[in-house]
Amino acid sequence: MLRRTGQSVVVLAGVSVIVFALVHLVPGDPIRLALGTRFSQETYDALRERSGLDQPLVEQFFSWAGAALTGDLGVSFRSGETVTSLIAERLPATLTLAFASILVALLIAVPLGTLSALRPRSLVDRGATVLSQIGISVPEFWMAIVLILVFAGTLGWLPSGGYVPLTEDPLGWAQRLLMPALVTGVVSGSVITRFVRSSVLEALGADHVRTAQAKGLPTRQVFTWHVLRNALLPLVTVTGVQLAYLLSGVVVVEIVFAWPGLGQLALQAVQARDYPVLQGAILLFAVVFLVINLVVDLLYTAIDPRIRR
Amino acid sequence: MTAPVLEVDDLRVQLRTPRGTAHVVNGLSYSVGPGETVAVVGESGSGKSVSVLALLGLLPQRVATVSGRALLQGEDLLSMPPERLRQVRGPGAGMVFQDPMTSLNPVLTVGRQIVEGLRAHADVNAAAARRRAAELLGEVGLPDPERALDRYPHELSGGMRQRVVIAIALSNSPALLIADEATTALDVTVQAQIIDLVERLQTDHGTGVIWITHDLGVVAGIADRVLVMYGGRCVEDGTVDDVLERPAHPYTRGLLGSLPDLAAPVGPGGEVPDLTTVPGLPPPPTDLPAGCVFWPRCPVRGDARCETEQPPLVQVGSGRSGHFGRELPHRAATWCSEEVR
Repeated sequence: MLRRTGQSVVVLAGVSVIVFALVHLVPGDPIRLALGTRFSQETYDALRERSGLDQPLVEQFFSWAGAALTGDLGVSFRSGETVTSLIAERLPATLTLAFASILVALLIAVPLGTLSALRPRSLVDRGATVLSQIGISVPEFWMAIVLILVFAGTLGWLPSGGYVPLTEDPLGWAQRLLMPALVTGVVSGSVITRFVRSSVLEALGADHVRTAQAKGLPTRQVFTWHVLRNALLPLVTVTGVQLAYLLSGVVVVEIVFAWPGLGQLALQAVQARDYPVLQGAILLFAVVFLVINLVVDLLYTAIDPRIRR
Repeated sequence: MTAPVLEVDDLRVQLRTPRGTAHVVNGLSYSVGPGETVAVVGESGSGKSVSVLALLGLLPQRVATVSGRALLQGEDLLSMPPERLRQVRGPGAGMVFQDPMTSLNPVLTVGRQIVEGLRAHADVNAAAARRRAAELLGEVGLPDPERALDRYPHELSGGMRQRVVIAIALSNSPALLIADEATTALDVTVQAQIIDLVERLQTDHGTGVIWITHDLGVVAGIADRVLVMYGGRCVEDGTVDDVLERPAHPYTRGLLGSLPDLAAPVGPGGEVPDLTTVPGLPPPPTDLPAGCVFWPRCPVRGDARCETEQPPLVQVGSGRSGHFGRELPHRAATWCSEEVR
């Protein structure tokens, strides 16, 4: 466990170097972009000095990384707000969407994948295969636009986008969450369905399932404890990966639904060459991946006794 | 005269495969008396395992067609409703599988896997079932059974796992124990221990045993009667003495000839007699020969009918009465024995 955490720290240090380098490799001058078209050389130099951009890159990195260690991710070039407050502002929307999506994904994938595995090559199985192929290959923005056209446009049942906090307006929160969660959930769900199908199929064919049947267990018990219980292991992994992906901001869906999440923030930061915000956001995504992988590993040791020592 | 525990009559199993219908078991009939051990021998692919899996409905229903009759204590296994079959699995017939490394669920404790079998058939509370599970593990010779209950399969050796599988099979005191290559995956000393264990339990409980193996050494050690399978048919059956000492079917002779005889005289230069082999492979079950199933590989082919007509299973030696008061005939299905000609 300690070693595992140590590895994460090393990975994180590496990631921060790469993030910093990449961000600064992006062509375009943030100061110019922030100042607009008309400005004097003095203003430019002053701002450049204040943002520390006149320092050598290596020094910039260490002062950024040093501050990041204390939780200070710097100040946005564009708005002047601290990066941490910008991220904190966007975090609830992203968390909401990510967890709602993974819920939708699991609600689709577990029953559909299981049914497919129970009746391979049946109508259900073929249907599920086609649906998940569609889910994987149809672009998210297209699905999102179609949903908006139908449910917000023609039917007028749901607002076309935006976000309100749950505490302010629970109904509005749910209405606005439904469509984006559906779009990202269907995509993740399609991927997870394939995994559930293959892992249940594999578990069904295992020798120990025959042993369980041979001792006269009721079918339901065989299925729950000797098939699903074993198929859970790969499901945890793929769900973790999908969740990490969703947490790091689903940019396209957030834009289409005007969802004020981290993906949107990151995109805006790229457009404005807002180095501190961009670095902060990417660093956060890296942390999210590492933490989720850590959690998946921990879950694994909890559900698979073979991994425990 | 006691009624047999199991009476199989004209058992046939067909499996649908991508290469056509496989006739895996073709009219198998035999019986197992209480306390009796019947060994089923034959090469891989001769239909041994399928024939017993079919009895308990453990073949995939989508691809398997089973017909015939199999009376377990008077009740037909092949025609009983699924819920009744579930009740019979365990108390009626317990089964031990070939590979102890894979026949236990890796993510559940040993204790749980025994307890769930017990509680599926008897109304016992968890604590009592756990005590019984520990007793069973003690009975099959697991050291420190109390602690073993909380172990996971991967923490036990192959031999220990097979003891657990046997404990599960015996947990509901079955009338019939089916051991499908139960010792094949184990090393010889462990194999001997497992065989001793089953024999002891059999004497204690009067269980009928079907022991599937391709190891003729094991057969000689444990079986009362032997059934030799080839191409999904019984080609020869009889008492161990009859079949192993006076084999009538060319295939059985071939099997026995491929065993080293440690008592055979050694030549003057120290040379040992060559082992004979049965050349070729068993016929694919999707494409069985029209006549004797063994004909394509048979070194004798002593009769014109071999190629075209299936030899019936007929008595070849003097019938003798076994120690259960039953007639134990020695039968073989070949055109090449004295009796048939």
